[in-house]
This record gives sequence, structure tokens and C-alpha cells, in this order.
Amino acid sequence: MKHLRSIDELGVAGLHRLLDLSDHMAEINRRPVPKVPALRGKTVVSLFFEDSTRTRLSFETAAKRLSADTMTFSVSTSSVNKGESLRDTIETVAAMGVDAFVVRHKSSGVPWQISRWTDAAVVNAGDGWHEHPTQALLDCYTVRTALNRPEGFDGLHIAIVGDIKHSRVARSNVWAFAALGARVTLVAPHTLLPPSLEGWPVDVAHSIDDVVDRVDVLYMLRMQRERMHEALVPSLREYTSRFGLTPARADRLQAHTLVMHPGPMNRGVEMAVDPAELPGSVITQQVTNGVSVRMAVLFDLLGSGSGLAGEAS
Amino acid sequence: MSGQEPNSDHVVTPPVGGVFRIKAEVLGADDIRRAVTRIAHEILERNKGLDNVVLIGLQRGGVWLAKLLAETISRVEPGTNVPVGAVDVSMYRDDIGLRPVSPGAVTDIPVDLDGRVVVLVDDVLFTGRTVRAALDALNEYGRPRMVQLAVLIDRGHRELPIRPDFVGKNLPSSSDEDVRVTPDGVVIGHREPTGEVAS
Repeated sequence: MKHLRSIDELGVAGLHRLLDLSDHMAEINRRPVPKVPALRGKTVVSLFFEDSTRTRLSFETAAKRLSADTMTFSVSTSSVNKGESLRDTIETVAAMGVDAFVVRHKSSGVPWQISRWTDAAVVNAGDGWHEHPTQALLDCYTVRTALNRPEGFDGLHIAIVGDIKHSRVARSNVWAFAALGARVTLVAPHTLLPPSLEGWPVDVAHSIDDVVDRVDVLYMLRMQRERMHEALVPSLREYTSRFGLTPARADRLQAHTLVMHPGPMNRGVEMAVDPAELPGSVITQQVTNGVSVRMAVLFDLLGSGSGLAGEAS
Repeated sequence: MSGQEPNSDHVVTPPVGGVFRIKAEVLGADDIRRAVTRIAHEILERNKGLDNVVLIGLQRGGVWLAKLLAETISRVEPGTNVPVGAVDVSMYRDDIGLRPVSPGAVTDIPVDLDGRVVVLVDDVLFTGRTVRAALDALNEYGRPRMVQLAVLIDRGHRELPIRPDFVGKNLPSSSDEDVRVTPDGVVIGHREPTGEVAS
């Protein structure tokens, strides 16, 4: 594997390989000294053109636990403010000797563009509404460990609830969950679904009440408040009453059902219950697993030598 | 992709592509059992019992061997129960990035290693680089009082100053040969690449 830009380019075999590798990384993270020398001498640069807390810190933690050197680039303090182009920025940083770029950008496709300008590996940490593959990987890993499904998700029913249209998390997760064998149901008002779902391996429900008592995983997306200006939902209260996880709905969840959320959470909007009081909530595990999964990605890209062997996927 | 299909009884598909052509069987299942029994006695003798001894198999080939060794020890010395663990060294190798790495199963160290006598167990001792990586990996779990090394086959060609304490069989080999170990026996042979895979 040379880059990780989308779940699609990873393939099913690659998905399983990274999830298996994440088990190793999780073991490292459970040790008293969670650090291995695997990527000594490698340099990983985080290029964040968009705000992020958990993803950026998660990648940095992952790189450091593998003994890679890390550099962080935040657009607000960079020469981008002096008008430097994306290409010049990349080529300048690459000239310092970089083995991997971790990129977040508001425009879809930027990771592909960057990989044409540098020999370094490129990891997509979120591009516009398009993809967020490491989020999908950590979500798959969370489901896999919490429901003990190392072989795959055959027979699992997963509902993804909320703003599908603007969500890169939803896009990556749909493909990853489906590739592992799960049945995926999208739950959203028409205005928050993409114009066409042709080719998506999903079915659609328009009320959370249709799925809440039968799914194995309830995946709540963040209701992006900035969407309110576009009048895609009548009001946040209306949204909560039809698509939010309320205490009444939480009572209808099956005992084994997992509740997941990619963060940051809007308490009182999509999450109208305290997740700490939900027995099925694995939201904290998602964050913990994020470090293990990103270690697996960085190791696979920089350390496994799989690129040398001619990747079979 | 895996290599081509086996086309006779003496050809198996190795994990890294190509085919493995068997030249000779070196040990049979009974020979392995006898060698393991002898090593079990030697471990007991050297350590004057089993106080603080823990067996750690190297993923993957050493793990079944460590378990077999532990079972044998508890037969030889009834009433004893030696802890068995497993260590995966792929994150500690010195050839990371030089060749494909496919980690074995996950490391599992069942006890605190501080002050213990660790017996590392592997199937084949070759360059010694895996053992070096294992010594580094063990450091993360504590400071053993002593580390000993038990191997079923020592085939020579060491590249580091590493010497086994317990050996099942010394097997002179040439460096382009390959040694395969399973519970059913030990064979020596050659790996032949399948054209597309460069060695």
C-alpha cells in the first residue's frame, strides 16, 4: 500500500490486513510503556487545512508510539496566509525529507493531487465531503472488537443516522461496513441525503424509530449546525424529535446494540441522552481505537515493506 | 497473491511466494517429540527446577513449540505448571522496510518478567536477528534475571553474537536452502521463485 486516500483503494483484503494489524497496535497501547521502535527515522507531517482536534492528535500519538518524528502544519500560522499555493507548500515541506503526509483539506480530492507532487505516502485525514478512511477503519475496528467479529460483519445490521449528504464519515463508513459484509441502512430526511444513492450498498429509512429496536449498531452523525442556514431541516428541535437519540429511543435499543458517534458531539441535538449512561456506548473506545488503527496505517505505509513486494489487492 | 499450485507431494507453497521443493526430511514427528523431551530435561537441570521460569515462544513458529515444551515439562516433573507466553517481534526487526513484514499473532506475556528466567523458544535459529529483536521486545515487559534460548533446529549462518542454550538438532545448511518446521516434521529444501516474484 503506497497511500491511504479512500476505503475503496484499500480493498477488502487491505481492510482485513489493517484491522488485523490494529490488534498488534492495541496490544502495544496496553503496555506500561506504549512505544516501539518500528518507524525510527521516519518523518510524518500533519497538514491540516481544516480544524481538527481528535484526528490530528490521534495521528500524532500514533506516529510517536511508533517512534516516528512528527511535524505539524496548521494553516493559520503558515505561509499559506502569505499566498503560498498548495503545490509550493507541499514541495517545500517535502524537500525537508518527509516520509508521509497526513492531510485534511476542505476540498475533495486534495490527497490525490498531493500524491502527484511528492514521493511521500499520503494519508487522507478528511477531504471535503468525500472520504475519511481512517475514521471508517477505527469504526470497523471498534465494531469488530466490541461485538467480537474478527472474521467480518456478515449478518450485522448497521444504521447510520443524520447528515449523510455532507458527511465524509458516512461515505467512508458505508463502503467499509458493506465491504466487511454488514447491511447498512441510512436514516435521514431527504434534504440530508445525497441527490443520488445509485450504486451505494445501502437501504434508506426516514425515521430513526423504524430502526432503533432492530439494529446491531446505531451510528449517529454530527448534525452540522452550519447547515441550519441552508434551511435543510426546519429546526434543531424538529431534527431531534425525528432523528435524535432520545431517552425514550435509548430504552428501545437491544441490549447488545452499540451506539457510536465520530465526534464532536452535539449534546441535546443528535445525542439527546448522556452517552455515559448508555450501556452500549462505545464512543470513548472509538477514540482509543483511533490511535491503534492509525498506527496500523502508518506502519503499513512506512514500515511493512508491502510496497516493495508489489501490493496484491 | 500466493504462488503456483503444488504439483507434487514434495512441493508446498511457501508464505512469500514461489514454490518450496523438498530435498530431505531431517526430523520426523517422533524425533521432534524426543528432542523436545530432552530439551525439557535440560531446562529443568540447568535451572535446578522451574522456579521463576517462563517459556516465551517467538511468533509464529516458536509458539506451538513452547506449548509442547511446557506440556512435556509438566509430564517430566508432575505437578508443575510453567507459564507460557508468545512474543511478536515484527515492530523490533532491523530490516523493517527492507522486506515485507507480516506480523504473526499478537504478543501475549502472561506474567511480569521482572526477576524471571525467560526461555525464548523458536523453531529455527538462523541469522540470529529475530532473537535480537525478541530481546529488545522483552525489555518492554520487564527486566528478566536471565534469558535463555531454546531452538529445535540450529542451521548456522549467524550474523550476530547469539548462541542457543538448548538445541534439538544442529543442521548444517547452505544459506540459500530453506528449513520448514511443523509438528509433523522438519524438512530442508529450496525455494524456487515463480518468475514474477523477485527474490
